[in-house]
Amino acid sequence: MSSRLTTEIAGLKLSNPTMLAAGILGLSEASLLEAIKNGAGAVVTKSVGLKPRSGYVNPAVVQVSCGLLNAIGLPNPGAQDFAEEIKELKKHGLSVPVIASVFGFSVEEFARAASILTRAGADAVELNLSCPHVKKTGSEIGQSPSLVAKVVKKVKGVVDKPVIVKLTPNVTDIVEVAKAGVEAGADAVTAINTVRAMAIDIETAHPVLANKVGGFSGPAIKPVAVRCVYEIYEEINVPIIGCGGVTTWQDAVEFMLAGAPAVQIGTAIASKGLEVFKSIAKGIDNFLKRKGYRSVKEIVGLSHHH
Amino acid sequence: MSAYLTTTNQLRTVRIVGIRDETPTMKSITFRDRPSANASPGQFVMVWIPSVDEVPMSLSTTDPKEGFAAITVEKVGEATKALHKMRVGDLIGTRGPFGNGYTLTKARNIMIVGGGTGLASIAPLTEQIIAQKRCGVTFLLGAKTCNELLFLERIKAVLSKPDCEMIVTTDDGSYGEKGLVTDPAEHLLECEKFDMVYACGPEQMMYRVFLLTERHKVRFQASLERFMRCAIGLCGTCVIGRFRVCRDGPVFSGDELREVKSEFGHFRRGFDGRKTSL
Repeated sequence: MSSRLTTEIAGLKLSNPTMLAAGILGLSEASLLEAIKNGAGAVVTKSVGLKPRSGYVNPAVVQVSCGLLNAIGLPNPGAQDFAEEIKELKKHGLSVPVIASVFGFSVEEFARAASILTRAGADAVELNLSCPHVKKTGSEIGQSPSLVAKVVKKVKGVVDKPVIVKLTPNVTDIVEVAKAGVEAGADAVTAINTVRAMAIDIETAHPVLANKVGGFSGPAIKPVAVRCVYEIYEEINVPIIGCGGVTTWQDAVEFMLAGAPAVQIGTAIASKGLEVFKSIAKGIDNFLKRKGYRSVKEIVGLSHHH
Repeated sequence: MSAYLTTTNQLRTVRIVGIRDETPTMKSITFRDRPSANASPGQFVMVWIPSVDEVPMSLSTTDPKEGFAAITVEKVGEATKALHKMRVGDLIGTRGPFGNGYTLTKARNIMIVGGGTGLASIAPLTEQIIAQKRCGVTFLLGAKTCNELLFLERIKAVLSKPDCEMIVTTDDGSYGEKGLVTDPAEHLLECEKFDMVYACGPEQMMYRVFLLTERHKVRFQASLERFMRCAIGLCGTCVIGRFRVCRDGPVFSGDELREVKSEFGHFRRGFDGRKTSL
């Protein structure tokens, strides 16, 4: 892969700026490895908490005309069990960073899960302070700057790896939350998680998702995500990982120009397959070459000059 | 988004037009749905029962001419109990068809092994093979007991041709040979030359047939069942090794199953991702 594509997030070295987003595959060693083999520059696991959770009953995913709604409900085998999957994955000796997404129902739970997974070999943690459909965690914590700061401080106190905060767009001012996380010690932020939304079947008058409300992803949320990255970039000085509707290399470049040195990809895997990592990376590389840039770094935040 | 997402995955609310008792615990539910009617053998749909659940179901009949399709449901849990309570005229949701379906290959002599509700997926395959190919077919049909034999008459009618044979087994000997369906499979693979074996049924059964095809170096395809959520290869619920059953399967070749043989026939993951022995 071209050296133009190498990028860095809080000391993590990525051979290319495409990352597997949290919540997509990522619950087993083999599926994370498959994303890596298909060219992901880094992988984020599915969110893992302290105890096993089965998530919600189906329907957990429904398509709407411009994207997907999901309310999976944070299913996971629990940090102890999942630590084995991370250990297995790290045995391959890959240079691709493995980032553990963690959630908790209390500050302590976040810290304990983060500690277990980093000790198992995760190269960083991404705090899920943004899941829009599980009570008493995710965005219910992530909508409060002071709670975000508390979680970040506690986790920073127990892990010696980079800590990334994944932000929810379901707030009045995302910059305020990002700042609170960074001031508490976050090494990077990911913007954004899904947008709280719902769908109702008109023939039966039933909300389609079993949980009624879920998170909206896909191309329709990209402009929201680009705006969030742009606004955060103006105010904070840690790396911002762009996430939300990235489907093509043009989308990825747009996030870079807004201020993101890397992007996460999720929903696009349904339409484009796991090959999407390679095709987006190749597209970015061709763009950089055509425009005469030597690296991704040279275009991060470039739109702010105008 | 791609056509895969926008057309196939669109949730459609469809009306039930027919219900038929197949066995004391199994019913076939027919509905009008053009995409399902056009599915190929081995593909599945996600069936939404409003307020209850959404579950993956093999299409047991497809009628592309009339635009109908059917699923065959065994009463095992909440979702299937709710489906058994449904009446003609009730609404269910469908999305799909999903997955690859069986691959038809040039073969002279085919063995098909079906057990339990596996018949739902393998009966349409058998009909297609008989309709399209000039080859020998040996069908092995198994169940626990006589009245649980699904599609016995249907398969019998399809196979009423020269070069076709059907062997029925029941665990209790109440119909056909007493024993497991893998017993005649083992015997036949030893004394006859087959160039393709298809299997669908309980995973332990498919695993045993897989081992037999490995021993006798015969090509193999089996349709796997796993818990599912999204059905479009995103959520990771249905993974086996590097494969996503919803997207890369549900039908896997012997070569693919060899790659995941520490998992196939041994365990599957629950909705929480933890491993459960089969």
